Amino acid sequence: MALLDIRDLSVRFHTHDAEVHAVSDVSLTVQPGETLGIVGESGSGKSQLAFAVMGLLARNGQASGSVRLDGQEILNAPPKVINRVRAEKVAMIFQDPMTSLNPYMRVSDQMAEVLVLHKGLSKRAAVAESVRMLEAVRIPDAKGRVRLYPHEFSGGMRQRVMIAMALLCRPKLLIADEPTTALDVTVQAQIMTLLSDLQRDFGMAMMLITHDLGVVAGSCSRVAVMYGGRIRELGPVGPLFADPAHPYTQGLLSAIPRIDTDEGELAVIPGQPPDMSRPPQGCAFGPRCAYRRGDCDHRPPLASFAPDRWRACFAPLAELRAGTETRP
Amino acid sequence: MTKPLLDVRDLRVSFSVRQAGAMPWSRPRNLQAVGGVSFTLRPGETLGVVGESGCGKSTLARALIGLVPATGRAEWQDGADLIGLSARQMMAYRSQIQMIFQDPLASLDPRMTVGQIIAEPLVTHQPALPRSQVRDRVKAMMDRVGLLPSQINRYPHEFSGGQCQRIGIARALIVEPRLIICDEPVSALDVSIQAQVINLLMRLQADLGLSLIFIAHDLSVVRHISDRVMVLYLGKVMEIAPARDLYADPQHPYTQALLSAVPVPDPAHDPAATVVPLKGDLPSPMNPPSGCVFRTRCPRAAPRCAAEVPVLAGDRHQTACHFPGPFTPQEIARARATEAA
Repeated sequence: MALLDIRDLSVRFHTHDAEVHAVSDVSLTVQPGETLGIVGESGSGKSQLAFAVMGLLARNGQASGSVRLDGQEILNAPPKVINRVRAEKVAMIFQDPMTSLNPYMRVSDQMAEVLVLHKGLSKRAAVAESVRMLEAVRIPDAKGRVRLYPHEFSGGMRQRVMIAMALLCRPKLLIADEPTTALDVTVQAQIMTLLSDLQRDFGMAMMLITHDLGVVAGSCSRVAVMYGGRIRELGPVGPLFADPAHPYTQGLLSAIPRIDTDEGELAVIPGQPPDMSRPPQGCAFGPRCAYRRGDCDHRPPLASFAPDRWRACFAPLAELRAGTETRP
Repeated sequence: MTKPLLDVRDLRVSFSVRQAGAMPWSRPRNLQAVGGVSFTLRPGETLGVVGESGCGKSTLARALIGLVPATGRAEWQDGADLIGLSARQMMAYRSQIQMIFQDPLASLDPRMTVGQIIAEPLVTHQPALPRSQVRDRVKAMMDRVGLLPSQINRYPHEFSGGQCQRIGIARALIVEPRLIICDEPVSALDVSIQAQVINLLMRLQADLGLSLIFIAHDLSVVRHISDRVMVLYLGKVMEIAPARDLYADPQHPYTQALLSAVPVPDPAHDPAATVVPLKGDLPSPMNPPSGCVFRTRCPRAAPRCAAEVPVLAGDRHQTACHFPGPFTPQEIARARATEAA
């Protein structure tokens, strides 16, 4: 059974001049222990998807559909239920550790609070456990540093504190929303290695939300590519990167300059991402797509075209593949 | 060989800062943000400047256009030293050196129309120009950077991030500069938009014969756009070389570690097998290590590194290291073992 089973999840925001369709009909599963990557550009809905799962949507946001964690329905669950779930099964880490940690509280206090609240531990036992967790995320001199305030840590160390805090309740699923975007590359490499070691040691599944295809390639087993609030392509990383089956995936992969090759002019995806308060009738990528055809005025469904591979596109695969080969 | 457009020698920038929690009467301490940087830039060349946060790359840019006081020499092609020029003297050079900033929206005045924003440098530097000509040149420039000239009366908030960056580029180009300093010009943009802006910059550079100083933390982008690349760490140059050489055959241990850490969008590439981890964190610039500033994190550090500051040596490919050269498999294994411990 899948650990996380998302069915037809949609998220709408009511703003005072429009209704924004942030996420539309997303269905996904995360298996125990696996790492699923969610990639997409700003506004693609990848973070709102995670917020909906965690029950963290802004007040004007409304989610519909179904999210089952370990068989239990958690979407729009009452606060009491979702708090239990957050205590026992799922935790989340965010992009900017400085804004996610409380600047007025010592690390010991904010970490211990989690255990006192969720697990009913005494303060002393909770601090001891926090120190053990800080050691697990390889913070040197954890015993001494636990007394410090967040601003006394460097960016990378703060992200380690956040990870330690998320792991305190031994979640089965960790949702990481752009965990390394604010960090330098050498620190990013440290944090990604740490996350994959911890994942192995704790036997936990991870949903990694990022815009960086390099990070996805290095650490995920499967990946969902989002655009305009919908999944455009879903599959194992190897085949998806080697043989992208959606024009958007193809465009993204050829638009990034790579450190390991010299190339001429970068391939460009023309135009702008869609305005999700006025989502286009047909395929949202249509206006930017080189393979656009008449059918694209209707919305292409996400359909399986090979074992474990899914795409939402009407263009024949052969045409897409031919396009890749003729690209300079 | 032609005379370089810009010849920077031993550029230093220091800030005087009060330490957190210090008594108000205690003496402020000295923070050296840029510690003796030297390089040359030829006409039409792109110099990439890379390094992690706090390495001094943005301060270097600010010093070159006189936004922060600096010492040393920065000789312009005509022989003038840009460092220490008075504001009035600097004016003449400001039209030749323009800058593009990271946050496209924050660097545009929200209460000015696009037309006013792009025209502002022109009106400042060529006050005699009739208004009709200013407008024509603004429209021509908008067209050149891929904006619709009909949008001249719109405000910045009506544009997307990528378009705002185009406005920033147009504003920099309108006075026909010889050098553009780009400080993280694409890091706030999404991948698909980033590629559009990089291509635009490269095309404009080729058409107009511009020189670029391209500051970025994204090593892949820098490789793509640069002719030569300079690697900074704690305000010092670690290595400077033609882009191809630097990426294919990095000599400094820091450059090697930095390059190894860049994620590659290829699932067949195993980061665990290639990353050379660095020990610990960046030291405080208030209290930099003696000798080589990188030695506290270097897998190859030896007693000599603490005693003696390495000088930048070499001809085209210059490295500031006592023990340059590629890592051996043993060194990589040792670095990983320390990291895992």
